[in-house]
Amino acid sequence: MNLLANLLPAAAEVFLLVMVCAILIVDLMVTSRSKIFTYMLVQFTLLGCSLITVGTHTSQVVHAFNGMYVDDLMSDVLKMISYLGMSMVLVYSRQYLMLRGLFTGEFMVLALFSLLGMNVMISANHFLTLYLGLELLSLSLYAMVALQRDSAVATEAAMKYFVLGALASGLLLYGMSMLYGATGSLELGVISNAIAAGVHNKLLLTFGLVFILSGLAFKLGVVPFHMWVPDVYHGSPTAVTMLIGSVPKLAAFAFTVRILVEGMQSLVHDWSGMLIILAVASMALGNLSAIAQTNIKRMFAYSTITHMGFMLLGLISGGIEGYGSAMFYTVVYMMMSLGAFGMIMLLSRAGFEADTLNDFKGLNQRSPWLAFMMMLLMLSMAGIPPTVGFYAKFSVLNAIIQTGHTPLAIIAVLFSLIGAFYYLRVIKLMYFDAPESHAPISMGSDTGLLISINGLGVLFLGLAPSTLMSICAVSVQQSLLLH
Amino acid sequence: MNFVDVVFYLFATITLLAGVGVVVARNPVHAALFLVLAFCSGAGIWMLLEAEFLAIALILVYVGAVMVLFLFVVMMLDVNLVQLREGFWRWFPFGALLAGLMVFEMIWVLGSSQTSELSKAVAHAPDYSNTKELGRLLYTHYVYPFELAAVILLVAMVAAIALTLRRRAGVKSQNISKQVKVKKADRLRIVSMKSEPKNQ
Repeated sequence: MNLLANLLPAAAEVFLLVMVCAILIVDLMVTSRSKIFTYMLVQFTLLGCSLITVGTHTSQVVHAFNGMYVDDLMSDVLKMISYLGMSMVLVYSRQYLMLRGLFTGEFMVLALFSLLGMNVMISANHFLTLYLGLELLSLSLYAMVALQRDSAVATEAAMKYFVLGALASGLLLYGMSMLYGATGSLELGVISNAIAAGVHNKLLLTFGLVFILSGLAFKLGVVPFHMWVPDVYHGSPTAVTMLIGSVPKLAAFAFTVRILVEGMQSLVHDWSGMLIILAVASMALGNLSAIAQTNIKRMFAYSTITHMGFMLLGLISGGIEGYGSAMFYTVVYMMMSLGAFGMIMLLSRAGFEADTLNDFKGLNQRSPWLAFMMMLLMLSMAGIPPTVGFYAKFSVLNAIIQTGHTPLAIIAVLFSLIGAFYYLRVIKLMYFDAPESHAPISMGSDTGLLISINGLGVLFLGLAPSTLMSICAVSVQQSLLLH
Repeated sequence: MNFVDVVFYLFATITLLAGVGVVVARNPVHAALFLVLAFCSGAGIWMLLEAEFLAIALILVYVGAVMVLFLFVVMMLDVNLVQLREGFWRWFPFGALLAGLMVFEMIWVLGSSQTSELSKAVAHAPDYSNTKELGRLLYTHYVYPFELAAVILLVAMVAAIALTLRRRAGVKSQNISKQVKVKKADRLRIVSMKSEPKNQ
């Protein structure tokens, strides 16, 4: 296979890496006052990546680099959404970072490196590349959490994230090595065939599966491997929390689907049972703990745990509807969390973090439009029609009922009802309580426009979800070879 | 017993003795130097296995870089030996138990019928180059993960610098280029003064 045939499918990643290195050097010559130049360069890179991804798209599944890399519809769609998400993260966090002295070249370079890691994960077809992509993503995120050096909370969060992340990587690697021992390959397709043909040592395979699933659960942040999530979300600068809580979920989805569905489809009965436990525990603990939180970042952390548990329901039900709805759910969750964290940053100002529930009191009197946007986002997170959150939950529940897991669907609905309480509480605080401060909300025109698009987008997608849903369904159908 | 066996047992004995030396040496610098010796003889054993590249990499990376760094740290830190050795006998039974367990595991694994089949090393032709084979695999079949590993190292470097480098206000430091470029007029001020009469 010649070089060009290998490089062409991965052209977007190559471009991204080249641009990151270029930005790293260019940033040295940019004075700290005109970092906006670096910022524009980063946005240009994201635009270029998306153009290249569209340009190199083919309707077939292309394997490159000796089966280590796969370029299919699912990877292209997820990559496009991840560029969009990363671009939104940077727009939302620009002012916030400037006010805190974090608007530096390193921040943006590390963000792009994490994006590269995510893209590698999204189109990985080999345990080696899956793992390397994951480490690339995690290492960049650890560093970004710790960037605010003078903050003790941030340092503590980075430490916890790092130690637990390393532990999870260890579990994952151990599981991968066992699967390698059982099947003799690290390539997902070969592993899948080997398992289907019958493996000599079934015990080794089961142990490997358990370790891999624990590692995955750590990275997804589902109960009982969720301990790091609240502390990291709370401790990081909000811009980094937003990054951790939004775009990497797409990569985590791709990672999970590629390992479990592409690599271990024959073991579906083994892993779906484990996923049921993870999903139910996450929905229960996430929703109940979120009620007790007064810090809104912590509340969103528990809400992430819940949402990831809900997403797992789609994987449990399987089939085009199941995996498609899980992908839809992940994309929608990314949009909602971007908007929610964006709102926290909009309300923050120099030396002040609007990260407690009380800071949202009386937002309607301070800015009716922002309050309305936040209401849309909260309604969507709670899963109330006509927002898109309702449709995402509905499609997952529909898929799971069709596969005969009705008790699971009932549990999911019950916990969603409990969860609706803390989302609605935010709306109550905004509309029915008196504001605690009347500080003017200063937002740039770009962030103002973006939050409006984000909030209205959540509403619009809820009214017309079929396009995105069919894109998700078609891409999982093509990538996972479902019929 | 041919020549290769003699060399193997020589290196193996040195490795073992050096390993014991690392543990029992009273002076931490001596312990570090024993570790260097263990690495060197270990590299010799790898060389016997026709893994020249790994042998050289072990010496270059571990002896040349890691251990030198280690020695610097050991020399700079004032290690209190008495404190280090405190509680040695108290924990000795636990340590001995762990060591015994590991020896038992090794005997179990190495003695099983499966490993005895694997342990026969294949001798290669004289023109076989281990370095070339490794390079061929790394730069063809595994080029994508290899490049990714390089990117991860780059991230580690960027992150380490971003986290540790900061300019604090009021730190006194030299600016060499300014010092070199300095002119007489910058340093010396010639003041013309009227001559004063000598005090008498």
